[in-house]
Amino acid sequence: MSKQLVNAIADMKEDEALGLVRKMVESGSDPSVILDATREAMDIVGRRYEEGAYYLPELMLAGEMLNEIADILKPELAKMPEVKRHGKVLIGTVEGDIHDIGKNIVTFMLDVNGFDVLDLGVDVSPQKFVEAIQDFQPHVVGLSGFLTLAFDSMKETVEAISTAGLRDQVKIMIGGGQMDEGIKEYTGADAYGKDAMAGVNLARRWVGAK
Amino acid sequence: MEKQWAELSADEKQEVLFQKWLSPKDPEGNDLQFQSPEAAQSYKERIQRIKDAIQMKKLPDRVPVCPLPSMFPAYDAGITVEDAMYDYDKCYAAWKKFVLDYEPDGHLGSSAPGPGPFFDILDYKLYAWPGHGVSPAHSYQCLEGEYMKAEEYDALIQDPSGFFSNVYLPRVFGALEPFQMLPFLPGILEMYGVAFNFIPYGLPPVQGALKAIMEAGNEALKWAGMVGSFDGEMASLGFPAILAGFTKAPFDTLGDTLRGTKGIMLDIRRRPDKLLEALDALVPLMIKMGVGAALMNGKPLVFMPLHKGADGFLSDQQFKTFYWPSLKQVILGLISEGCVPLLAAEGGYNSRLEVIKDLPKGKTVWMFDQTDMAQAKKIVGDTICILGNMPLSLLTVGTPEQVKEHTRELIDIAGKGGGYIMGNGAFFDDIKAENLKTMVDFTKEYGVY
Repeated sequence: MSKQLVNAIADMKEDEALGLVRKMVESGSDPSVILDATREAMDIVGRRYEEGAYYLPELMLAGEMLNEIADILKPELAKMPEVKRHGKVLIGTVEGDIHDIGKNIVTFMLDVNGFDVLDLGVDVSPQKFVEAIQDFQPHVVGLSGFLTLAFDSMKETVEAISTAGLRDQVKIMIGGGQMDEGIKEYTGADAYGKDAMAGVNLARRWVGAK
Repeated sequence: MEKQWAELSADEKQEVLFQKWLSPKDPEGNDLQFQSPEAAQSYKERIQRIKDAIQMKKLPDRVPVCPLPSMFPAYDAGITVEDAMYDYDKCYAAWKKFVLDYEPDGHLGSSAPGPGPFFDILDYKLYAWPGHGVSPAHSYQCLEGEYMKAEEYDALIQDPSGFFSNVYLPRVFGALEPFQMLPFLPGILEMYGVAFNFIPYGLPPVQGALKAIMEAGNEALKWAGMVGSFDGEMASLGFPAILAGFTKAPFDTLGDTLRGTKGIMLDIRRRPDKLLEALDALVPLMIKMGVGAALMNGKPLVFMPLHKGADGFLSDQQFKTFYWPSLKQVILGLISEGCVPLLAAEGGYNSRLEVIKDLPKGKTVWMFDQTDMAQAKKIVGDTICILGNMPLSLLTVGTPEQVKEHTRELIDIAGKGGGYIMGNGAFFDDIKAENLKTMVDFTKEYGVY
């Protein structure tokens, strides 16, 4: 049944996938089997997105299925051991900007690609980024922004990270809206990612994952 | 105009609208008095230049240049966005400074900031704006949500106006929440049944909402007075406002305004048939919205910001199934009434060029943002006037030399043979003034045909 579940999720058959999960829970399946199948399916979804077969509708539906499956499994999940992750990524939309669609997609793609992601949300001040770096100790920081005002907010955030003496601990990537290599230079970030997969690949390279 | 409007061909209607635009009126309906003979001449030359670029029947005298700002005029004049939204005189002065400083061939008028007090009166929820979730220095930003729920497709499809008045408005305007109680108007059929339907108008909360609507109407009029006199004065100085009004792609009306990005993306997978049905239902409304503005304001260009069909949002197949058919119908509907849709394709449209190229020649303008202009020229350049795409990143952090180089490149590539308007790729806020000046002035120098 778990192979069936992998295919149902990967092929966007939401009702079938949820039906299978419920059936597996009722028949006493080990929740780790369901989680493994879900993870395998998300891997396929991520690959299909990377290959240009899947777009936003599929990513968003995959995200929904993930939440729905987590809801069904909630009682079981507490007993599960933590999964080993490649590395930690701190992400947020910079100060003054409240757009989050692009950031959420990057977060989702990082998550399904095995990163431990802490999402600070939107309109995040430089100070909040600094505090979160101190607490969460990420390897990578992702700064997202849609509007041009984000150019300065990103620059200020990178500066605040430097001032706090944390710049050497993290790699910083930027993305979204009107960002490009020129803005990367302007902000003092380490890299610009054109889309969600570029962000995942940057993070992978930086933490030395596959 | 001897023939009745309905008897005219699309070409004739477009010509009538261009001619009306070329002969501006004052608020009393008389011919507008230009401030000088030079201004009168510049006004006509500017429109002619844009018209030639759009129609592609003959080469314009030079590449028209239309810098299309968002809140830049406020920053450039040293006022905040909040000032521009709440002090109409300050807005007027800042936007006037923009037009006079940069002397664009076409400008967008002074309506971009919108009326702050109006939004206050109605307690608008769809946006955050200065003092309401955004700092005074920054532009307003959309607060996406599911203002229409997934199970409300039938309600929208069967009665779009009823849905807007009784469901949508109460959700996006706090002050209009009582409109949920409004009657179903087709219920007003005969005699005593009529009276039952008026009961909601007697209820205190509904009456409160109606008062708010009247107050909002007063504020809107006050603001529109500023916007109207602005266009009039600019015209009298020789600077035409390019837009008659705006409308949207049905997919974006649903996706931006009603269902939200996540909602509509999920609908593609979960309820594709309902989505297609709703898109069809919106087509005539979106045409009516654009045509109405063009006829009322007596000019052809109708702005259409395109959002959720960009590269990366949808697959080619999804674009061709869900985004394009209803948008194409709106475009063709506008064209058949003489309008020239100005479509601002935000993000990249590289993968969409092959799809949009079958539009009739000389009837649309496409403003490209992150689309490869060489490809655009090659694929759609024979039929579509393209506008853009000076990157905002370059305008913000680049040098005048870099901007000049990029301007030259754009004119060489996209300007070749006409059918091109120089401009920015996306609407700009706080860019470097000298960069903008360079883009405009160098186009006037180098862009001569």
